[in-house]
Amino acid sequence: MYQILSKTELAQGTVVANEIHAPKIAAKAKPGQFIILRVNETGERIPLTMANTNEERGTITIIYQVVGKTTALLASMSAMDHLADVVGPLGRPTPIEKKGTIICVGGGTGVAVLHPITKGFKEAGNHVIAIIGARNKDLLIMEKEMKAASNELYVCTDDGSYGHHGFVTDVLKEQLEKHGAAVKEAVCIGPVPMMKFCSKVTKDFGIPTMVSLNAIMVDGTGMCGCCRVQVGDETKFACVDGPEFDAHKVDFDGLSARLTAYQKQEKEAMDAYQKKCSCSTEA
Amino acid sequence: MKKKKEKTPRQAMPEQAAEVRRRNFDEVPLGFPEELAMLEASRCLSCKKPACVEGCPVSVDIPAFINKVKEGDFTGAILKIWEKNSFPAVCGRVCPQENQCEGNCIVGKKDKPVAIGSLERFVADWARNQNDIPMPPIEKKTGKKVAVVGSGPGGLTVAGDLIRKGHEVTVFEAFHKPGGVLVYGIPEFRLPKAIVAHECNFMEKMGVKFETNVVVGQTITVDELLNDEGYDAVYIGVGAGLPRFLNIPGENLMGVYSANEYLTRSNLMKAYRFPEYDTPLVTGEHVCVFGGGNVAMDALRTSMRMGSDDVKCIYRRSRDELPARGEEIHHAEQEGIEFFFLHSPLRFIGDENGWVKAVELQEMQLGEPDDSGRRRPEPIPGSVKTVDCDLAIIAVGAGANPLVTSTTDGLDTNKWGYIVANEETGKTKKGQVWAGGDIVTGAATVILAAGAGRGAADSIHEYLTWGW
Ligand SMILES: Cc1cc2nc3c(=O)[nH]c(=O)nc-3n(C[C@H](O)[C@H](O)[C@H](O)COP(=O)(O)OP(=O)(O)OC[C@H]3O[C@@H](n4cnc5c(N)ncnc54)[C@H](O)[C@@H]3O)c2cc1C
Ligand SMILES: Cc1cc2nc3c(=O)[nH]c(=O)nc-3n(C[C@H](O)[C@H](O)[C@H](O)COP(=O)(O)OP(=O)(O)OC[C@H]3O[C@@H](n4cnc5c(N)ncnc54)[C@H](O)[C@@H]3O)c2cc1C
Ligand code: SF4
Ligand code: SF4
Ligand code: FES
Ligand SMILES: [Mg+2]
Repeated sequence: MYQILSKTELAQGTVVANEIHAPKIAAKAKPGQFIILRVNETGERIPLTMANTNEERGTITIIYQVVGKTTALLASMSAMDHLADVVGPLGRPTPIEKKGTIICVGGGTGVAVLHPITKGFKEAGNHVIAIIGARNKDLLIMEKEMKAASNELYVCTDDGSYGHHGFVTDVLKEQLEKHGAAVKEAVCIGPVPMMKFCSKVTKDFGIPTMVSLNAIMVDGTGMCGCCRVQVGDETKFACVDGPEFDAHKVDFDGLSARLTAYQKQEKEAMDAYQKKCSCSTEA
Repeated sequence: MKKKKEKTPRQAMPEQAAEVRRRNFDEVPLGFPEELAMLEASRCLSCKKPACVEGCPVSVDIPAFINKVKEGDFTGAILKIWEKNSFPAVCGRVCPQENQCEGNCIVGKKDKPVAIGSLERFVADWARNQNDIPMPPIEKKTGKKVAVVGSGPGGLTVAGDLIRKGHEVTVFEAFHKPGGVLVYGIPEFRLPKAIVAHECNFMEKMGVKFETNVVVGQTITVDELLNDEGYDAVYIGVGAGLPRFLNIPGENLMGVYSANEYLTRSNLMKAYRFPEYDTPLVTGEHVCVFGGGNVAMDALRTSMRMGSDDVKCIYRRSRDELPARGEEIHHAEQEGIEFFFLHSPLRFIGDENGWVKAVELQEMQLGEPDDSGRRRPEPIPGSVKTVDCDLAIIAVGAGANPLVTSTTDGLDTNKWGYIVANEETGKTKKGQVWAGGDIVTGAATVILAAGAGRGAADSIHEYLTWGW
């Protein structure tokens, strides 16, 4: 079960793509939905979005940034290895309809999450403007795929090593000024600060905006409340009420804070893991 | 001839000393040795009209099995228990015996009641360590397929009963391990997970298929199970897995947990063994647990074992109203849990990083009885205090998770979102669909869920055999 069929390194190995055999999930998954996996018996459960699915092959593709113990462990797995558990599809699918012009903004690994949504909007007959960014050229992912999934693609890098020199918010603003009310919706997915700033920009233009929230999760089915986020005056569970929410109502600062809850333990886990890895390669 | 025999007192089960166990996750009571079990069994009067049996939701033939224990025929005893109860090792440990079987025991009128739960546990534990207990006979295959959604005690009972009747049974479970609350909620020190795993393995040996990592409503729907996957009947036993919060300011601060999250991390994910296991959990210096039921006791005692010295139970009524099992309250007190009765939280106060650091409490007094018959707690005007709290666990009950009900056509739910089903048969308004346990009754007990499962299994079997 849950065999890894392929492994591709993107962004100089800091981002990894795996195609995983999970036919039941592949048959059901829609853009915007995610899975929760456990690498092995002692592993934790982590949520990852499906960047792609292939019903015929019975596979899903995840693309993740190596940021800590579990993603490092996952990235260390080879093709043909098996994961202990994969459950999904979880969360609500992105509501995709024909609306007119849609702007899709992605930052960092958020681009992977954004890709199926962008593709969905284009297939539904919208004019899709995509804006993707990364810190530098080497960290940029999925440019080719995003180009195919959109009608217009703009690329930015923070250091100017490729595309527009600057942040995705700059290009977003330009595009909103250019297209005005023709833009029916914006979707922004990336690091929390990026989503927060994109949301500020679109709010000024009065454009309805969706963001996908990456709150810490355990079960992903609404039974623990770990993933709760403040949206307007309501507390929502990101896993079942989301992961997408109305950007203009989200308490991004509260989300940012909650994402730091286990920093101490996460560092401890990663340090121990790296120590163990270097020992075993030396031996 | 001796006139009157010296009365045997109720035998206490040996247990780990409080000061030792409050820092480990090993089981607290250690079990009866054979001699003690037989001595305790000798206290039973073998009543002709046993009141204890009436107190047991599944009518275990208590005098009959205890008689077998008296005789040292433990195989006979376990077969007797199994007739009514598939999980004696679990029930012996977690049933609220004082309100059920033991609460009714005639010996208890003048003396302490017969330790029925401990004897049941003894027999079950003994049986688990034998390899020559006959497997229950499995009837000829019927060719009918049943899907069980949720692997708590209710779902497992249905699965066990129907596989023996010759039907094909597949259990779908959202988590990666079967067992329901028995694995994710109730801690190791109260119910060792090896016992639950043993029960599930036994089911597998009988032919039950387990499909973990399937969230019904998301991975597949009930209607798809019936229409596309060819199941003849579906049993829904998904429990009451929706955490209830207090709805007070500051509840989204870090360090504030639902009991579901806290216990799932520690039990199912084994966070108490971090960093050997990857799931993290925090240790509080000042822990406050809100609520007074079994869930609250489990959270309190778990946080103590995680290394806290200051652990408080905040409960808005008085000690008499505590809904937890007597044994758990007793154990919690022995382990040094501090009880704050007649206090209700008003708001959480956070530090500059967004962590909870204190909680404001309102002192209460008991007024007139409310709908539940219990005296209603009312605030005492002006009595508000603030206590340190860097880990808060909310254990004030659970509700119905709508994942299954909202994706199934034609299921009736009540105003709280629980499934409407016949009390005895578990039949729902939707054809071919049965339901039982916490998703029908609201959060209740293991034995009630198992009892509901048995009723539904009988009804499903009738339907599969006769068509009604
Ligand atoms: C719905 C959803 C979809 C996601 N999709 C993707 C994706 O497609 N690609 C991708 O690279 N990342 C995605 N993430 C984030 C990903 O889950 C985390 O990066 C991952 O859990 C980090 O685990 P770690 O052990 O390697 O790192 P750690 O060092 O343990 O954690 C690094 C940071 O990740 C976050 N995190 C830790 N544990 C969890 C958890 N159980 N759940 C959520 N966040 C956690 C915390 O903010 C933490 O500080 C998604 C998150 C959510 C909620
Ligand atoms: C911490 C705690 C302590 C308790 N202590 C006691 C005690 O001491 N004594 C006692 O008698 N009772 C106790 N209870 C109550 C008792 O555990 C429950 O009443 C009982 O487990 C209910 O059984 P059930 O079969 O209805 O469902 P559950 O045990 O709740 O199991 C339901 C299962 O269904 C799964 N599920 C949910 N949704 C889906 C879905 N969509 N698809 C697939 N699977 C799904 C869940 O993951 C779970 O495994 C306690 C409960 C808790 C939480
Ligand atoms: S199942 Fe529970 S109530 Fe019934 S006899 Fe056993 S311990 Fe008592
Ligand atoms: S009521 Fe007590 S004494 Fe009588 S049969 Fe039951 S356990 Fe034995
Ligand atoms: S992750 Fe548990 S409720 Fe969302
Ligand atoms: Mg981690």
